[in-house]
Formats: sequence, structure tokens, C-alpha cells
Amino acid sequence: MAAVTALNESATAASAGRTRGMQAGRRRRLNVFRYVVFTVFGLFFLVPLLAMLRFSLEGATLGTWSLTAWRQIASYQNSGIPPLLSSIEITLELAVITSVVVLVLLVPTMVWVRLRVQWLARTIEFLCLLPLTIPAIVLVVGLGEIYNKIRHFSLSALMLFWVYVILALPYAYRALAAGLTAIDVTTLSEAARSLGASWFTVIVRVIAPNMRAAILNALLLTAALVLGEFTIAYLLLYTNLQVELYSISRTTPNASVLFSASLAALLFAFVLLLILAYAGRRRRGRG
Amino acid sequence: MDVVTTTKTGARPSWAGRRPPTPAWVGTVPFFAYVGVFLLWPTGIVVVDALKNPNGAWAFSNISELGNPLVRGYFIGSLKLCLLSSVTGAVLGAILAYAVASGDPDGTVRRLYIAVSGVLAQFGGVTLAFAFLVTIGPVGLLFHASWYFDFPWGIGLIYTYFQIPLMVLVFLPAVDGLKVQWREASENLGASAWQYWRYVGAPLLAPAFLGATLLLFANALSAFATIEAWESQIAYIVPQQISTALSSEVGLSNVNVADLLALGMVILVAIVMTGYALLQRRAARWLR
Repeated sequence: MAAVTALNESATAASAGRTRGMQAGRRRRLNVFRYVVFTVFGLFFLVPLLAMLRFSLEGATLGTWSLTAWRQIASYQNSGIPPLLSSIEITLELAVITSVVVLVLLVPTMVWVRLRVQWLARTIEFLCLLPLTIPAIVLVVGLGEIYNKIRHFSLSALMLFWVYVILALPYAYRALAAGLTAIDVTTLSEAARSLGASWFTVIVRVIAPNMRAAILNALLLTAALVLGEFTIAYLLLYTNLQVELYSISRTTPNASVLFSASLAALLFAFVLLLILAYAGRRRRGRG
Repeated sequence: MDVVTTTKTGARPSWAGRRPPTPAWVGTVPFFAYVGVFLLWPTGIVVVDALKNPNGAWAFSNISELGNPLVRGYFIGSLKLCLLSSVTGAVLGAILAYAVASGDPDGTVRRLYIAVSGVLAQFGGVTLAFAFLVTIGPVGLLFHASWYFDFPWGIGLIYTYFQIPLMVLVFLPAVDGLKVQWREASENLGASAWQYWRYVGAPLLAPAFLGATLLLFANALSAFATIEAWESQIAYIVPQQISTALSSEVGLSNVNVADLLALGMVILVAIVMTGYALLQRRAARWLR
């Protein structure tokens, strides 16, 4: 009896040892696989950026180093196109205006739909996600007529914000929807209403502060989108940062200011999205 | 007269003593007005103009121009580029997603790759073409690829730069959804690693994988900035030809070329996205 038990035990121990050994072997192979994959993909993603960095630091003669291109961002001007700095300003202003309009349009509507007109929720969601499936290049074909009318009132490139709001709808909607489901909108609004708050107060001073993280997300995603937009501005004949870079590359293909300005824009977008990732993580940590 | 009054008050007792409220949906009018003017109207213009001739008369025969060899050429170009970049992006992205998912779920590597993927998936545009120009183009630092300006290989490679990160973002939840227990169960039944992937892993991931590939396809289809900055002289794909047609109405006579091409794109995207939605629903069955 004792022998049998001992035998059994040693058998289980042996088999356990064997499986553990197998798993350790597989884990080792998996780790090798992971490191190879991370290295290869890391290089693929990193090398083009490093090449741009090198070109942005190119001096007057080939192979030298200089910061001229980075200083040129503020002063670069080419004949026939507006100065680089002015298009940077326009783009930043567009980013601000677009994010504000998206929020003003979307936050009250979404809160209102959630509280009072639930039956419209699916329609709103569909319309907000629709721009994902209608390519910008298609939208721009139909927008020609509408922008002809807008040009009667203003020729400013800032008028692009009208359509940028549409492009940003899907991203802003998803960010805000995530924030709205995380809080108890009904209880908050009922409490505020029973204390005599107007609907305006409910939305602006009760619900909006409770979804601060989601609003920040929507804001940053919209700004990042506007910073990188090219198609619509280019085809409606406006000049934003991307169009400006494109025009510079047409006239002086290897101007090193192209690479410094591109990298600066990319770094800026990267910082915006890192703030977003950080804010998102903190929210998860609290919840 | 009396009867009418009674029924009226009887019909809405809860409003008694209050002023008649405006219907609640009025609050959504600004949103619908905005979306109507800047999204639905332009799309409507495209559809209607595509079916009219330049004189403004209806011409449903325009649709047959989509079969015109010239027009077909641009769609074939688009399909080639989208297929190449979406399949390559999906396969490589899936491998990367698996490598990310098999690590520590709270690890630095995972967090870094997700954050960077979020940025790089959006990093299309003219900047990306510059980056590859100075890496493998005629002035490249790494090497001078003779095929850099070949369609679709050169531009296809550039497209994978934003397709792979997008695949990681879309496909990672599916890979995360593979339960350790399934792997353990198949191992206990004596399955080899290959058998596990052949009979358990691959069938489970297939709908999510195909769906993600379709999303990548749609993503490549609507991309325009990168290819325009890569090569602006020759039009290879539909968006480039739309751009050309918008700036100069030449080519097919009696047809609003830009509108027709745009309509073709809308139809194509609609088909692809429907497929995506169906596959997502199929994949969602076991994903929760």
C-alpha cells in the first residue's frame, strides 16, 4: 500500500516536472520569438524617423551637422507660397476651433439624447460614425459647392473647421460615449434638476465636469486629426501645415526644413497622444 | 365641443398645470442640422451629380462608365495597392499583436507598443512619404531601393508603416481573448503547438482577422496624402484621379468624372465595411 502510494506520488511528481519543463522550453522559445519580433518591428518603425532626424540636422554641405533647419521653421519662406509660420498658425488655430466646436456640438446633444430622447441614440451613433466610411476625398467632391457659398462670406482658411468637425465626429463620439457610460447621467441630472438647476446648468456644471477625462480625450484626438489633415485642405485650395509642406517639397524637394517641420509636427502630435494615454491610465487606476 | 375638451385634458393628465412642453427632440436639431449640411448634403451632391450629365439632365447610363477601361484602370490600381498593403499589414500586424499579447499585460513593452501604435496608425500624410524618401528613396540613408517609385511595391511598403500599427490596435483585443484554458485543454488532450493553432487558435481568430483586414483595406482605399506626396505626376489610384478631375475636367465626355469616381468609391467602401461589420459580429460571439 505504502509502495503504491510512493509510486503514485513519484509518478505525479515526474509528470509534473515534465510538463513544467516543457512549458519552460516553450516559454524560452516564445521569449526569443518576442524579442526578435520587437527588434525587427522596432527598427522598421524607428529607422524612417531617424533618417528624417538626420536630414533635418543636415548642414550646408553634405555630411555636416547643423541646427539651421530647426531655426528655419520660424522664418522659412518660399516664393509663391505663404510663409511656413503663417500656415503653422492657421493649423493650430484650426485645431483649437475644431475641438471647441466638436465639444459644443456633441456634448449637449449626447447628454440630451441619453436623458430625454433615447430613441434617437442609434441614429446619432450611426451619423457620428458615418464619416469613417465616407472617404475624405469623396466628401471633398460634394463640398465644392458648399465651400463656394462659404467663400462669399469669408476667404480665410479657418473656414475649414466646418468640415473638420465632421471628420472628428467619430473619434470624439467614441471618446465621449465611453465617458458617458462611466457615469450615472440620470441620477446626476435628476438630483440637479430637483435642486432647481436649468438644463444648461445640468450639462455644463454638473455632467461635463464629471466626464473631464473623456472630454480631454475628445479634444486631443480632434487636435491630432486636424494637425495631420491634408486631403480636404489641398483640394479646396486652402493652405494648412501639411499642404504647405507638400508645396515646399514640390519646389525644393530636399529642403531640410521639410524634415525639421515634419518632425516637429509629429512630436507635437505624439505629446498630445501621450497626454491622452497618461490621462486614460490614471482614470483606469482610479476606477 | 364639451366632449372634445374632456378628451384633450384626459389625454395628458401629467401636463396639467404646466405650460405645454416643446418636444424633447428639438434639443437635437443643431446636431442634425450640422451633420445634414456638412456630411449628408455633400454626399448627396456626389450621388446625384454622378447620375447627371454636365448639362444637369439625368443620365443613369453614367454608371456604365464605371466599366470604361480608363476608369477601371484606376480602380484596379486602387485594389492592387489596398490588397497588397492590407494583407501584408494584417499578417505582420497579427504577428506583432501576438508578440505583444503574449507578454506581461501590464508591462512597459505592451504599453509602449500600444501608445506608439496609436500615434503611428494616424501618421499617414505627406510626412510619411518624406520619411521613406530619405530612408530608401533616391536620397536614402539606408539604401537606394531601385523599386522605390514602382507601383504598387514602393508605395505598398510605405502604406504598411501605418497599416501594421492599425492592425495591432484592432486585432489585439481578439488575441487577448484567446483563453489560456483553451491552450491548456488542447495540451492535456495531447495536441502539439501546430495542432493547437490549426484546430483551435486559427478558427477562433479567423473572423476577427478577416474583419481587421477589411478595415485595413478601407483605410488604404481612402488614403490620399501619402501617395500624392510620393508621386504626384502619375495617377495610379482612384483618389489621385479624383483630384486630377477636380482641377481639370478632362477625360470622359458627358460625365462628371470626379463625382462618378467618388460614387464608385462610396459603393466599394460600403461593401467592404458591411463585410467588416458582419465579421465583427461573428467574432464578437466568443470575445466576451
